[in-house]
Amino acid sequence: MRQEGLLRHATTRLLGLVPTLLILITIAFFLIRMAPGGPFDGEKVLPPEIRANLDANYHLDEPLLQQYFRYLGQIITGDFGPSFQYKDWTVNELIAQGFPVSATIGGLAMLLAFVLGTLIGTLAALRQNSAVDYSVMGVAMLGISIPNFVVAPLLILVVAVYAGWLPAGGWDWSWQRMVLPVITLALPVIAYIARLTRGSMIEVLHSNYIRTARAKGLPELLVIRRHALKPAILPVISYMGPATAALITGSVVIERIYSIPGLGSYFVQGALNRDYTLVMGVVVFYGVVIVVLNFIVDLLYAWLNPRIRYDVT
Amino acid sequence: MALLRVSNLEVDFDTPEGLVKAVNGMNFEVAEGETLAIVGESGSGKSQMVLSFMGLLAENGHARGEALFHDKDLLKMNPRDLNRIRGKHIAMIFQDPMTSLNPFLTIEKQMAEVVMHHQGLGREEARSHAVEMLRAVRIPDPEERIKQYPHEYSGGMRQRVMIAIGLLCEPELLIADEPSTALDVTVQAQIIELVSELRKQTHMALILITHDLAAVAEIADRIVVMYAGEAVETGSVDDIFYRPQHPYTRGLLASVPRLDRESDDELQAIPGNPPNLLDLPVGCRFRDRCVEAVEQCRQRPPLWVTQDGRSSRCVLPVEGGEILEEPAAVEQTA
Amino acid sequence: MNSEIKTSNEDLSVSDPFAAAFVEEDVRGRSLWVDAWHRLRKNRAAVVSGVIMAFMLLLVVFGPMVLPWEADFTDWDNTSTPPSLETAHWFGTDAVGRDILVRTLEGGRISLLVGLVATLVSLVIGVTYGAVAGYYGGLTDRVMMRIVDIVYALPFMFFVILLMVVFGRHIILIFVAIGAVNWLDMARIVRGQTLSLKNTEFVEAARACGVTHNSIIRRHIIPNLLGVVIVYVTLTIPQVILVESFLSFLGLGVQEPMSSWGALVNDGAQDMESAPWTLVFPATFLTVTLYCFNYIGDGMRDALDPKDHL
Ligand SMILES: Nc1ncnc2c1ncn2[C@@H]1O[C@H](COP(=O)(O)OP(=O)(O)OP(=O)(O)O)[C@@H](O)[C@H]1O
Ligand code: SF4
Ligand SMILES: [Mg+2]
Repeated sequence: MRQEGLLRHATTRLLGLVPTLLILITIAFFLIRMAPGGPFDGEKVLPPEIRANLDANYHLDEPLLQQYFRYLGQIITGDFGPSFQYKDWTVNELIAQGFPVSATIGGLAMLLAFVLGTLIGTLAALRQNSAVDYSVMGVAMLGISIPNFVVAPLLILVVAVYAGWLPAGGWDWSWQRMVLPVITLALPVIAYIARLTRGSMIEVLHSNYIRTARAKGLPELLVIRRHALKPAILPVISYMGPATAALITGSVVIERIYSIPGLGSYFVQGALNRDYTLVMGVVVFYGVVIVVLNFIVDLLYAWLNPRIRYDVT
Repeated sequence: MALLRVSNLEVDFDTPEGLVKAVNGMNFEVAEGETLAIVGESGSGKSQMVLSFMGLLAENGHARGEALFHDKDLLKMNPRDLNRIRGKHIAMIFQDPMTSLNPFLTIEKQMAEVVMHHQGLGREEARSHAVEMLRAVRIPDPEERIKQYPHEYSGGMRQRVMIAIGLLCEPELLIADEPSTALDVTVQAQIIELVSELRKQTHMALILITHDLAAVAEIADRIVVMYAGEAVETGSVDDIFYRPQHPYTRGLLASVPRLDRESDDELQAIPGNPPNLLDLPVGCRFRDRCVEAVEQCRQRPPLWVTQDGRSSRCVLPVEGGEILEEPAAVEQTA
Repeated sequence: MNSEIKTSNEDLSVSDPFAAAFVEEDVRGRSLWVDAWHRLRKNRAAVVSGVIMAFMLLLVVFGPMVLPWEADFTDWDNTSTPPSLETAHWFGTDAVGRDILVRTLEGGRISLLVGLVATLVSLVIGVTYGAVAGYYGGLTDRVMMRIVDIVYALPFMFFVILLMVVFGRHIILIFVAIGAVNWLDMARIVRGQTLSLKNTEFVEAARACGVTHNSIIRRHIIPNLLGVVIVYVTLTIPQVILVESFLSFLGLGVQEPMSSWGALVNDGAQDMESAPWTLVFPATFLTVTLYCFNYIGDGMRDALDPKDHL
């Protein structure tokens, strides 16, 4: 019965995503077209006939609205078109190349953040108002406050340049090159999750059902693991959606500092070079990723929380 | 021999406003198989008193004194030893059934874990035992309902589940803290009845906490009347109902509807409020509200005790009683 | 002024019991701020942060006036010199001999300015939007909040980047772009608060007394919203500063000769091996500022909404 409800819930939610994506595509499309200058303005002035040829090739000569609907039709088939700047490459190919790299770093960072964050938060909650609690939370606040583009150069300076333990940047899928980017990306998220977990854990530990569990004579560790952990982690689960978005944006900077050929670097390059199709492609693609991840997080939350009913919302 | 003997029990809480003295020198005993009712207004310290020797006080709470269970002091026990007693030899049912069950776990998990932990039963055995227990507290269709979550139960049903959890290990002592106040009136009576019936079957002792004197007339053996953190009067049900000594007890009785009274316009709550627990008066704590107050009541009133276990803390003498020497600890706090 | 309020209260309180409740709420409202102030003052982290930020503000505003260097003056005799008292470059110089201290302070002006102005922008948009949705309720509310939900799911940082690319890197645009993507939370909070306030007893009571809509909004909804808004503003400022520095770091923020902490960190990161001080000083200023604002915001929240925090 619950499963069935969950399925229906999932379907309605999934359908609700369509307008979101449509708005996303529309805003992005018209925004970038409003930009002064075009993709072929950068290089030396082209002879008019070549220019016209190019424009026709990319349908830039059509009315804007027509281009828009053309683009929509194209996107429905999953085709983001050719890149303007990287000749011979389609945007799909660029995404296929960059995304696995970004996703690996982001995924690992999220995993690390979730495990460490909940652990640290729980420990702080159990030692509430002790020296341990205060120092851990002070450090967490620092973690939230230091921008990752400050942490990254400092880490490189200390770990790579001075100590020489790890490479300073580059990418070859080896773990040595993943360590620093993943840590840098995870730090603020660890800190945020730790604060979140601490707060909710303290609240849960004060609840009546925890008192019941203790009155049953269960050892404290079991009380926490079986009775407190799940409710305390629920707010963290709902934070995972926005956290993913934060990781993706964060990786734009991380990839640049550590010279990693991820999707973020393509995006920044594309934005700077007016590579319409690439920028659009990345925004739409990441829009979909964020929306889908939010959706998964939502389902996860509903699945973990037996009180949620799937009445039609 | 007493199963539980509580003496000079004190509970206070550190708060930003100062020290809240919630329980001040409680003394009472519960014999094996006995039903003891603890009665008092809201805020008189009933819950905190029992929570203290169950090791369940909030972090800002501190307990002092003694609570001997089988001659072992629960207050000085380490957590491991206490956990061998809680849930197994002493079980507790809480005031608020709506929030006392874990909303994230099925009823089965919350019941099975008790017997699995204390009696080492396997999952299957634990389950069938839990089903039996649910049947005993008259949950219909227990095999199915045990798979559900608390939110699928009504308030009265949840309290039945709490009772079932409490009885799983056949405890020697069950503490029921206002098991029915949060429920509606018809359900209240059913719950109290259920508790007393199950108690008779299992021969366990029962501490029944309530602020409703009428509710305990039928089922209690003895009654402790609590006021502002201390026992003002103790006695058998007959003593308390027919020969109340303490003015507070009499006041409470005047507010109870009774069959032997004609009209209910005699019903009256005691006017006034209990004293501030942050700043307790030196003399009798009931003085501001007492109709019999005299000058002497400005000092700490004596404790009268009789042979058959009655007691009253008041300047008014108890027939056949004598004044008990004040224990030093109590003298200091007064 | 005080006596005026009092007399009007007395008038009300004699007239009917509703009005009495209404007046009581007024008094409670005032002591709420006093209580909050006391709680805030007891929060040591927030107080220390507040003092540091006040000092930072003074430093950033007056420092560059007092110091002997201009931000874009290139001291060719002292390029990439480490911090030293002798050269009078206390924080050292960068590769072209510019004084890091002055540049850091001037960058701070921009960063703080962006923090304040962009927050103000998001405040105006968010409060208006949220208050309208919450106050009118019904269909208006549902449509408006649905829009917020949709926009919420967009990768907004990318939109800021897009905006910067599209419209050029003008500082006004930075204010607007960052402010325009940060109003969502504010709108949600304000809407929720307005909705619940609208239904609370004292607004009912005010209505029963024949108080007009406008004065309900002015005298009751706005002061009660103020608490949430203040908390939210202090928490938004560091976010906004962070976004700006993020943009500047990517080379998409303010343009030369203007500079901000993010841009300075970016410059410093290029030379960090040979001249680490060019990185360390602006990075420290930026981090300290964010750290302090976060603590102040936390303290404000605890002070104004103690039940939220255990
Ligand atoms: N954690 C705490 N900190 C400070 N004071 C507390 C705390 N817990 C309880 N108290 C105070 O202790 C006093 C006694 O509370 P208790 O819960 O024992 O009352 P009660 O007799 O059970 O009342 P009720 O019938 O309402 O349940 C109350 O005045 C309460 O405010
Ligand atoms: S001691 Fe005095 S005030 Fe207290 S109950 Fe007895 S008569 Fe009343
Ligand atoms: Mg109670």
